[in-house]
Amino acid sequence: MTKILTALTMPKFGLAMTEGKLASWTLSPGDTVREGDEVADIETSKITSGYESPASGILRKQVAQAGETLPVGALLGVVADAEASDEEIDAFIASFKADTDEEGGEEAEAANAEPRVITVGEHSLNVRDVGRGDGAPVLLIHGFGGDLSNWMLNQDVLARYQRVIAFDLPGHGASSKDVGDGSVTVLAEAAYELLKALDIPKAHILGHSLGGAIALALLRDYPDAVLTLTLVAPAGMEREVNAESLREMVEADRTRDMQKALQVLVHDKSLVGRRMADNVLRVRRLDGAREALRTIEAACFANGQQSIDLRPVLDAARIPVTLFWGEADEVLPVAGAKNAPDHVVKHLLPQVGHMPQLEKTVEFNRLVEAFLEKAQVTA
Amino acid sequence: MSKKSFRQAINEALRQEMRRDPTVVLMGEDVAGGQGGSSGVKDAWGGVLGVTKGLLTEFGESRVLDTPISEASYIGAAAGAAATGLRPVAELMFVDFVGCCLDQIMNQAAKFRYMFGGKARTPLVIRAMYGAGFNAAAQHSQALYPLFTHIPGLKVVVPSSPYEAKGLLIEAIRDDDPVIFLENKVMYDDVEEVPDEAYTIPFGEANLTREGDDVTIVAIGRMVGMANEAADRLAKQGISCTVLDPRTMFPLDEQTILECVEDTGRLVIVDESSPRCNMACDISALVAEQAFGALKAPIRRVVPPHTPVPFSTPLENLYMPNADKIEAAVKAVMMQKTREVA
Repeated sequence: MTKILTALTMPKFGLAMTEGKLASWTLSPGDTVREGDEVADIETSKITSGYESPASGILRKQVAQAGETLPVGALLGVVADAEASDEEIDAFIASFKADTDEEGGEEAEAANAEPRVITVGEHSLNVRDVGRGDGAPVLLIHGFGGDLSNWMLNQDVLARYQRVIAFDLPGHGASSKDVGDGSVTVLAEAAYELLKALDIPKAHILGHSLGGAIALALLRDYPDAVLTLTLVAPAGMEREVNAESLREMVEADRTRDMQKALQVLVHDKSLVGRRMADNVLRVRRLDGAREALRTIEAACFANGQQSIDLRPVLDAARIPVTLFWGEADEVLPVAGAKNAPDHVVKHLLPQVGHMPQLEKTVEFNRLVEAFLEKAQVTA
Repeated sequence: MSKKSFRQAINEALRQEMRRDPTVVLMGEDVAGGQGGSSGVKDAWGGVLGVTKGLLTEFGESRVLDTPISEASYIGAAAGAAATGLRPVAELMFVDFVGCCLDQIMNQAAKFRYMFGGKARTPLVIRAMYGAGFNAAAQHSQALYPLFTHIPGLKVVVPSSPYEAKGLLIEAIRDDDPVIFLENKVMYDDVEEVPDEAYTIPFGEANLTREGDDVTIVAIGRMVGMANEAADRLAKQGISCTVLDPRTMFPLDEQTILECVEDTGRLVIVDESSPRCNMACDISALVAEQAFGALKAPIRRVVPPHTPVPFSTPLENLYMPNADKIEAAVKAVMMQKTREVA
C-alpha cells in the first residue's frame, strides 16, 4: 500500500498575495486531522484566515514555525498516515524543496488565475475564471460596492472540483462603469450575458448581499441558466437596510472613514485594516465609480429602505436553494432569513456579520461544497 | 491594469485629462520640441526626459505649446490663462529655474484668489523635476518643495510612485487652485501597477506604506521607497515601522502624522531637501507642539547637510539620505530614551 504524504503549503488568498505569515499552528504534531480541518492561521497584509488541510491523516511535521513569513507555495508542514516513517517524511520534504526550486509551476498557475477584462455586450467585465472538473460551473456574484476579491477565500477552494467564475459587476472593480438604470434586472442581464460569453448554459449561482438579489433576478428572468442558488445575506427579502453604512461605503474618501464603513460589514472589526480600506478607495477613486454606485443605490435602496422585493421569486423557486446569514449582520438584518420557505436550507451563523464567506471561511466553504455535491448527485 | 513607469503614468494622466477637458493645455520649454525650428521635426523631445512625448501628435500645436526660453513670460502667461478659464499645465523643467519666475508664482498665481475677494480661480499646475542623485550638479538637483510650501496660496504635491503620480496629477489638474507638482527625476523609470482608467487621489491625506508599532518614519517623494526598504530590513531584526507618505506638503495631513506618533512614540523624518526650514523641521515642530507627551525618544531627522548638492558622484552619494542612514536613525531612536518619568 502506498502511503500518502500531503504537503501543506502557504495558500494564496487573493490576487495580491505573494507571501503570508504563519500566525500560528492550530494543531500540534501528532494530531489527527481531517480534510477541511483548520490546521493553521495565515496572516496577510489584508486579512487573517484559517488554512484548511487538503487531506486527512496525521499532522506529522511542522516545517514552518509560527511567526515566519513565507512565499505562496512554500512548505508549511506534512500530513501523512501513521505508517509513514520519519525517514520517508524527511525524504518527502527534501524532494518537495528540490521540486519547487526547479520548476516555476506555481507561478504559471498563478498567472492563469489573474483576472482579465472581456467584452460582454455593452460591458467590459473583469473576470477571474479558475478551476476545472466534472461539476457544473459556479458563478460568484458579489454585493453592492464589492468586487471579485470578496470571494478570495472561497473561489480557489471551490475550484478544486469545478470551474468557478468570479467577476466584477458593472460599475464595480475593474469593470466598465455603465450600469443603465442600476436595477437588479440590468445587473442580472449582465451576469447572464457573461455566462453566454463563457459558453456556460447552466451554472450554480452564489450571490452575496445585492448579488443575492441579482441571483434571484437571474432565476426569475433566465430560469434555464440556474442550477442551484446559494444566497449569502441576500438583499430583496425585507425592507430594512443600514442605508447610512451603504452611503458611507460609497462616499467615504479618507482611509479612516472607509475603514469605519467597512467595519460595519464584519462582526470581528479587527479584520478590516487600513490596507483593506485603501484598496477599496483605489477602486472608488476611478472615474465614474461613485456615480455608478449612486445609480444602483437609488434603484435598489431608495429612501433608506430596500426598494426591491425578490421574496416572491424565492418562494416560487423549484431548484435547490441554500441560505447563509450572519446573526450579527449590521447591514441587512438576519430577520430577512426568518420567513424563507421550508425548502430552503438555512445556515444562521452566530457572531458573524454581513460577510460569512470571509468571516467563517472554513465552515462556509465546507457547507457550500456539501450543498453543491448533493445537488450534483441528485441531478 | 498594467505595469507603468512613473514617466508613463504622468503622460497618461495628462493625456486622459486633455481628452476629458478641452481647456487643459500644456506649455513649457521643449514640451514638444522642434516647434518653430528649422529641423522640420515636430515632437522631437516630448519634454527633456520624454514625459510629454506623443501629446503634440494627438492634441496639436494649439494645446501643446513650445515656449521661448523665458520662464518669467510663460509661467506668467500660464497664470493669466488660468485666471481666464483655461487649465494650463506649465512645465518648469528643472525646479531650480523657479528663480526666474518666482514673482509670477508667489505674488501673482498664489494670490489671485485672495486679492480678488475670493472671486478668482487659478486652476494652474506647474510641473517640475526635483532632486539629487542624477549627477546634475548644484543648479539642477535641488529639492525645493519647502520653498513653495512656505508660500500661502499654493498647494504642493510630491508623489512617491507611479500610482501616486497619476492620481495626484489628475487631482491637481481638476483643482481650482495653483498646484506645484514636483517629480523626482531619478524615479521616471520606476515601475508599478497603475490602473488604465483615470482616477484621483485627494490632497491632504497621507498614505501609510508600512504599518508598525515601534517607530513612525515620515518620508517624502523618493525617500518613501528608501524608507520602505529600511522598514523591511528592520522588520527582519524585530523592529516594526510605520512608513507615512504625506503626499502633499500643503495641505499637510497633520492628523495622521499625530496619530501614528501617538501609536509608536518614536519619529524619524526623511527629507532630501536642505535641512534648514525644510519639511522635516516643520513636521518636528508639529509633533513637538501637539504630541510631545507621546514621544519615547527625541525626534530624528535624516536629511542632507546644508550645502549645495555636489557634482562628484562619491560626494553626492554621501550627501543623499539612503536606506542605510534611515535604518541607523531608527535603531538610534530605539536605543534612546527621554527623561525617565518618576
